[in-house]
Amino acid sequence: MIQVSHLSKLYGPRRAIEDLNFDVKAGEIVGFLGPNGAGKSTTMKIITGFMPASEGTVTVGGHDVAKNPIAVKREIGYLPENPPLYMEMRVREYLEFAAKIHGVPNKNVKSAVDWALEKTHITDVAHRITGNLSKGYKQRVGIAQALVHRPKVLILDEPTVGLDPKQIIEIRELIKSLGGEHTIILSSHILPEVTATCGRIIVINRGRIAAEDTMDGLTLKLKKGIVFSVLVKDPRADGIEKVKSISGIHQVSTVGNKLVVQVKPDQGELRDQIAAAVVGSGMGLLELTAERVSLEEIFLQLTTEEERTA
Amino acid sequence: MTFRLRPVLTIAKRDLKSYFTSPMAYVIMSGFLFIMGFMFFSTLEYFNSSNMQAQQFGGKSMSLTDGIIRPLYGNMNVILLFICPAITMRLFAEERKNQTIQILMTAPITLDEMIVGKFLSAVFFVGTLMLATLVYPAILFFVGNPEIGPLFTCLLGTMLLASSLISMGVFFSATTESQIVAMILTLVTTLFFWLISWASYSAGPVWSDVLGHLSLINHFNNFGQGMIHSSDVIFFLSFIFLGLFLTHRVLDSYRWR
Repeated sequence: MIQVSHLSKLYGPRRAIEDLNFDVKAGEIVGFLGPNGAGKSTTMKIITGFMPASEGTVTVGGHDVAKNPIAVKREIGYLPENPPLYMEMRVREYLEFAAKIHGVPNKNVKSAVDWALEKTHITDVAHRITGNLSKGYKQRVGIAQALVHRPKVLILDEPTVGLDPKQIIEIRELIKSLGGEHTIILSSHILPEVTATCGRIIVINRGRIAAEDTMDGLTLKLKKGIVFSVLVKDPRADGIEKVKSISGIHQVSTVGNKLVVQVKPDQGELRDQIAAAVVGSGMGLLELTAERVSLEEIFLQLTTEEERTA
Repeated sequence: MTFRLRPVLTIAKRDLKSYFTSPMAYVIMSGFLFIMGFMFFSTLEYFNSSNMQAQQFGGKSMSLTDGIIRPLYGNMNVILLFICPAITMRLFAEERKNQTIQILMTAPITLDEMIVGKFLSAVFFVGTLMLATLVYPAILFFVGNPEIGPLFTCLLGTMLLASSLISMGVFFSATTESQIVAMILTLVTTLFFWLISWASYSAGPVWSDVLGHLSLINHFNNFGQGMIHSSDVIFFLSFIFLGLFLTHRVLDSYRWR
């Protein structure tokens, strides 16, 4: 659905993004993750056709953004960092305007607006003036605006910023429910946000893609040697020695009847070998789990590593 | 390049409506009509007294067209010179400042459609003002018998002139986020094009012609006398086109920053 290749953007001499390459398949929900100023918004602005790229190409639904911007814009619903609201308009009036300039035929405008109001749970404020709404409602009007013409692609720049926890959950549910039918790219510097909604994560740091994978894949890739915690019936010394002797195991320690097995980096999973050793030594395997690093940690790792090389 | 009417009208309608949801429209309208009413009254008084004198001393009396309509619309142009920058200043500057321009820039509409829509909203607004001023000729028709032709050309000339001022205003509004800056730049520029013919008195033979032709108000004079010259119409249309073309360039370059 979306192909981004060799995308760069210069603001004067400063490179905001550099040589980005990624694809987003139809129906996928992809999260851009990165600290503030990493280039997430810039990338989104280029995909939406708001801003031209310095180098590289973006195609959406087979149309090149630079060559056929109107065709691309027709497919996209975009929520910028600050929802682009006309403060003097009423919510319904505003959404009708958004629907019309996105080419929704007159006879469908009302039903499209009703649908968007309902999806974002703002039907009750439809007649209020946008400027008088709270931040959370404004944000949801912004999302409704991006949805109203039922675009194939949704680009949401920090969609849950300014919302309270209950609203955040609602919006996440909404985004998840829109996946499949819509292709979605959302950006965030808040980690739970991305893990909660996105099937795939693209970590952007200093204008480059630092990592791109599923949550599980990222966890595996970035863990410096996976840690398994193995629950056994009977932690015997000879059994522990047997586990230690598997090539690629860094360290084994015991906490009660739990073995904490640390694998050396780049040794792969070794899950089968560990299980075989435990079972073979007769300790009795109860449970074997890979300890996940939270995305928070990945994130810290990524940024610190980038800093070191820079 | 596509150019469709629907997005143009959607934008024009929204902007026109937004004039009337802020106090600005009412302030401008009442201010404009107050001054116009005063001018109509004064012109009428002057017309009466000079015609009375003419009758007493056997001079030639003025017609309603020459004595009232033409000076009235001539003076209206001066007021429009000051009002149009205030009408146009928000068109793009406000959108840039509030970043609502992003919804326009990412919608499947062309820059041309966007610009023409904005331009038309201001033209419609001035058109509304003009409609309101038709009450003065209506009074004249009630008490006398003014000619309809010169009234029509005065209206047409004023609309063309106002549209030229508006197109320049649209351009300056697109150059900045500050409405005040947009207004002052528009006023200075249009005032300069108003007064440029002054320089023609001291310029050489060729230049005086050129400068005279560049003056906005010079091109209204024929309309004021009931004449439609294609050169005047073409001048105003070119001026409008220039303003809108420059707006297009500015907005296009805005995207690159």
